[in-house]
Amino acid sequence: MYKLEVVEGSKVFRKGGQDIIALQETNMKIPEGKFVSIIGPSGCGKSTLFNMIAGLLKPSSGEILLDGQNIIGKSGHVGYMLQKDLLLPWRTILANIILGLELKGVSKKEAEKRAIPLMEKYGLGGFENHYPGELSGGMKQRAALLRTLLYDQDVILLDEPFGALDAQTRLLMQTWLLQIWGDFKKTVLFVTHDIDEAIYLSDEIYVLSPRPGRLKEIVAVNLPRPRGQDTLSMLEFVNLKKRLLGMLKEDQESLNKAE
Amino acid sequence: MNSGSNNVAVSKDHMTQRSVVPKVKNQSEVDDPEQRESRTKNITLLGRILVGFLIVIAWELFTRVGILDSYYWSNPSTIVQTGWTSLTEGSLLMDLAYTSGATIIGFILGTFIGSLLGLSFWWSDLYSRISEPYIIAFNAIPKLALAPVLVIMFGIGFSSKVILAFMMTVIVTALAAKSGVHSVDKDLEKMLFSLGASRNQVFSKVVIPSAMPWIVSSLKINIALALAGTIVGEFISSRQGIGRMILYAGQIMDTNLVWVGVVVLSAVSILMYLGTVWLERFLLQGRPQ
Repeated sequence: MYKLEVVEGSKVFRKGGQDIIALQETNMKIPEGKFVSIIGPSGCGKSTLFNMIAGLLKPSSGEILLDGQNIIGKSGHVGYMLQKDLLLPWRTILANIILGLELKGVSKKEAEKRAIPLMEKYGLGGFENHYPGELSGGMKQRAALLRTLLYDQDVILLDEPFGALDAQTRLLMQTWLLQIWGDFKKTVLFVTHDIDEAIYLSDEIYVLSPRPGRLKEIVAVNLPRPRGQDTLSMLEFVNLKKRLLGMLKEDQESLNKAE
Repeated sequence: MNSGSNNVAVSKDHMTQRSVVPKVKNQSEVDDPEQRESRTKNITLLGRILVGFLIVIAWELFTRVGILDSYYWSNPSTIVQTGWTSLTEGSLLMDLAYTSGATIIGFILGTFIGSLLGLSFWWSDLYSRISEPYIIAFNAIPKLALAPVLVIMFGIGFSSKVILAFMMTVIVTALAAKSGVHSVDKDLEKMLFSLGASRNQVFSKVVIPSAMPWIVSSLKINIALALAGTIVGEFISSRQGIGRMILYAGQIMDTNLVWVGVVVLSAVSILMYLGTVWLERFLLQGRPQ
């Protein structure tokens, strides 16, 4: 059985009396513990797909199954992290990280007992009582991800979490994320614009096409793990990159033609 | 970047670690912004006190030599004298308590109920849209013009002053809280919902804290408005209060007593202002600057 399944999921919006297809019937089958990236140009329905899986948006048709259970319109079953860190500025880093547990009704003491070792292990030790405004962008994203992790769901959705970071920090964060993923054995869905990032991190890449948003192809990434700096220069990496760039270029051309 | 100079840039992430500052030979002067800042602060305070003194002395002097007519302007020494008399022999203390009491109770009620009203608009978009024009219309009414009716409705006692102070503040606070509600980051709400939060939890963990600075920003204006409401109430009809004292003094042409009232009200107003500064700090405690 798959961990997460999207069966013929679609979403249609009406705008100015016209139906706009944000996402055509799409199927996804994500096995447990896999790292799956979703790439595609803007308007390909990535965010719609994520919002549907997170239960924040109801699909127009289809089903979304987590462990075989339908989770349409039910939020709180998967961890979800957005590009913005969305830390509450009036709370300390520690108080931010335990937010998910707090909402679940875990006592503050117990939540902090779980959070502090994690913060120390994943590079936030000593920052417990700092406010988000005092931290760098990379640190804030770490805190946001730890908050999602601590919420402790098997499936985590990451919507361009490193999109706003500079290239160097980004690479650090990617390696950091792989370490966490290895430690926690979560199933990760990762949206990105960055082909390198997608290949570097993933087991599988879903390529989406815009207008209407639809699934174009599923590409398997068979690069060995653990991955590191060397992975980026492997022949297979380069070949995959060429292939994916080609696919995205097709979309870009067809978009240009349409306009 | 000017690498090689003696400036050591300390990045924010490493603030907690002590950086080792290399020594400079023949160092004669170190730029110390903190020291400069504290010196500027001291001079500012001194200057302020000096200006206050000058104003009082000039007032006294001008009225003594007749540049200002002391019948209209009174003068500081007479004001102090008259004030002392009404404090020891008159009812100044009772009046003061009456006016401050009505102002503070009206302010607290207005701020509290106004905040609840403003925050309540988060719960339903439809409710918020329907009530919006009425809130704006109520805000547009010059509440003081209603004062005579309110005095008829609630009598010439304490409660009519509280009601006026309340009316002056409630809508201002409600509008501030409403703006605060509109300013809540939708993505923050979304994030909380994705963590399985209920609407109650989103309200208490995101909406109230987000709106708090907006509500707090209305406090300083509100305390002055509440005082104005109370005084107008006392002007219209009252047996007690500083406002009544001023009105009475004016009717018997005792300008000295009028000035006593004005000075006392100013002092009360300043104290209340300081009170709201403290309240602001209290409500926003545990937040970064």
